[in-house]
Amino acid sequence: MPWVCLVERLAKAMIEITMPRLSDTMEEGEILKWHKAPGDAVAVGDVLVEIETDKATMEYEAFEAGTFSSIVVNEGEVAVIGQLIALIDDGKGGAPAAAPKVEAPVATAPEVAPAVEAAPVAEAPVRAKGERFFASPIVRRLAEEQGVDLSLVNGTGPGGRIVRADLDSFVKNGPKSLAPSRPTIQPTTFTQVDPKRGSEQLELSKIRRIIAKRLGESYREIPHFFVTAIADLELLQVMRGDLNATNAKSDGPKVSVNDLLVKAVALALREHPMMNVSYQGDDSPTMLVNHRYNIGVAVASKNGLVVPVIEDADQKNVNTISAETKKLVTLASTRGLSVDQMSGGTFTISNLGMFGVEEFTAIINPPEAAILAVGAAIKEPVVVGDKIEIRTRTRLTLSSDHRVIDGALAAQFLQTLTAILENPWRIVA
Amino acid sequence: MTMKTYRQALRDTLREEMLRDDSVLLMGEEIGVFEGSYKITAGLLAEFGEKRVRDTPIAEEGFTGAAVGAAMLGLRPVVELMTINFSLIAIDQIVNSAAKIYGMFGGQVKVPMVIRTPGGGGQQLGATHSQNIELYYAFVPGLKVVAPSTPADAKALMLAAIRDDDPVLFLENLALYNTQGEVPESNEPAVIGKAAVTREGTDLTLIGYSRMAYVAAKVAEELAISDGLDIEVVDLRSLRPLDRETIINSVKKTNAAVVLEDDWLTYGIGAEIAATISDGAFDYLDAPVRRVAMAEVPMPYAKALETAALPSNADVIHAIYETLDAMGVPRRKVGQGHD
Repeated sequence: MPWVCLVERLAKAMIEITMPRLSDTMEEGEILKWHKAPGDAVAVGDVLVEIETDKATMEYEAFEAGTFSSIVVNEGEVAVIGQLIALIDDGKGGAPAAAPKVEAPVATAPEVAPAVEAAPVAEAPVRAKGERFFASPIVRRLAEEQGVDLSLVNGTGPGGRIVRADLDSFVKNGPKSLAPSRPTIQPTTFTQVDPKRGSEQLELSKIRRIIAKRLGESYREIPHFFVTAIADLELLQVMRGDLNATNAKSDGPKVSVNDLLVKAVALALREHPMMNVSYQGDDSPTMLVNHRYNIGVAVASKNGLVVPVIEDADQKNVNTISAETKKLVTLASTRGLSVDQMSGGTFTISNLGMFGVEEFTAIINPPEAAILAVGAAIKEPVVVGDKIEIRTRTRLTLSSDHRVIDGALAAQFLQTLTAILENPWRIVA
Repeated sequence: MTMKTYRQALRDTLREEMLRDDSVLLMGEEIGVFEGSYKITAGLLAEFGEKRVRDTPIAEEGFTGAAVGAAMLGLRPVVELMTINFSLIAIDQIVNSAAKIYGMFGGQVKVPMVIRTPGGGGQQLGATHSQNIELYYAFVPGLKVVAPSTPADAKALMLAAIRDDDPVLFLENLALYNTQGEVPESNEPAVIGKAAVTREGTDLTLIGYSRMAYVAAKVAEELAISDGLDIEVVDLRSLRPLDRETIINSVKKTNAAVVLEDDWLTYGIGAEIAATISDGAFDYLDAPVRRVAMAEVPMPYAKALETAALPSNADVIHAIYETLDAMGVPRRKVGQGHD
């Protein structure tokens, strides 16, 4: 029976539900609620599960119909992308041995099958996210059978291929070095309360931990440099006044300085497209040049820092941008932002002007290559010609990824942005 | 069981079949009075007479065609082509007559003939007399091609070939004629199309036929002693039909294969084996299938060059090491194991 392995594959009756990638930056997701229980019928489009990602809570729907067979990752537990979370029986063929093999150990029996335990979220992947890896066919087959996430296995074969010896060694030794479940705060390491400091333990929210991790990565990884320019906002203020007077009559939105900035930044980026890029890592011979100008607006919501994205801001009029931003900010504070509304940004604006901050620097929001920190619009004495005048001005500080953006480019971008803000009809032209 | 050479096993089997069935006759150049260029037919003219042991002119196409006709009319001719190189002159009779008559004429006539012929280089016979071109025949539906590597298989496959109602190309090898092995007394024919696992192992599957099956067995024993390796050896025994199941089952067990052939690499029999493994055991492979074959040149005459062109034991061991290294299989020096 030369074709026996193909026949075995055809006869496979279990649909494997794995942790989906629900956002650009997602690495793992927490199962908040299962909507199906073992034995339930599943139709295409049925909501299977609610998953909390680094950005939002998402409902995940079934792509194939069948009978819900078993939950592999329980509510409250975390799984990395691609990890098996549940099985659906598609009704073709009998219940294969594969199902219990994968399911049992993940649930609660660590001593039964170290192979499956080898795929907990605790272990850091041995490769960069999304990096292609090679594994021999037998390794892929065994990993599937045993529920091992190959992204965690180091390959020692030619070209880094994961060979059977690597898998065997991972299954044998790997689990010992891994935490049995997700790395919640390790009591031994972190529980000490310092009486001298009068400290207490405050649990970090999921979103706070994500922010901590990503900003840490960004600031450690990206060589930031900072360029500051001052923009005179006198004309912009006048224009904004006129615009809002008109909008008030026609029930239009009240346009903020920030709304005008979003459009101005998008226009400036369009003039300097090499600012609108993404570095792809030291091993990549290419970087990405983004041809859409999607501007993220950092918002301090009560749930933490979120960055809703105004897509194609260069092509939208200011009223549209204003209305969209208001909607997104409202949603953010009620935690209703979808992943879609928070992904795909190519440049971010962070504005602390409303707190009276004159000038500050911001940390780049990867995979973007730059972020603009906007200070307060303040009245100050300025030398105009030979006289001192009182003008309303703001300080704009650009943080750039020096791996792909040089100082001159950053300066030229700020020059263009300042020119647009000081000749504000270009924003509404 | 009796210890015999490959040559003796062939000769004795021909004789026994001639005694058993008087429709069996031998034809070929120098097989009678001269008793065969490689003495496979020694003594048979004297015993069976000119009617059943026929010396032919040096005209391969003619006497091969005559044998096809004799087979169609009910005899069981065993033709000797002095070497497989000369089969090129008879190839039209083999490929277009012997292989096709049964099918083309709706099964009205069978062609129960055997074409015995040795392949093999290494005898300093030059490029035209040192070829391994059994592939040309293994390619053709309607023929069977068998290739024994041991005296026992020489007997069992010869019994099967003579008794088979289809034309069978029986591949011998110049380098194997003097090899010795146990030969059973029983006249049980082999099943044509069945490979043999001649050595069981778990580290890697070594696949060969004819002389390279012999080399495979030797190398496997050598590496068991020197490196503590546990290599499984598959002797194909039949090139058409090919026993794909045995190959696939072995690779499923060992996760790796090295295929040996005495012919050229490109488009060779090893390519067919590798494709078979890819089809049937893809999900079991831990390393790419490697092939060992002769250099892609017409066989040189100069001894040093001829030796260099042929696949050697060292070439086989090198390919095995490369494959095992790719899988991270440690080679245990036996001495170290006991320290």
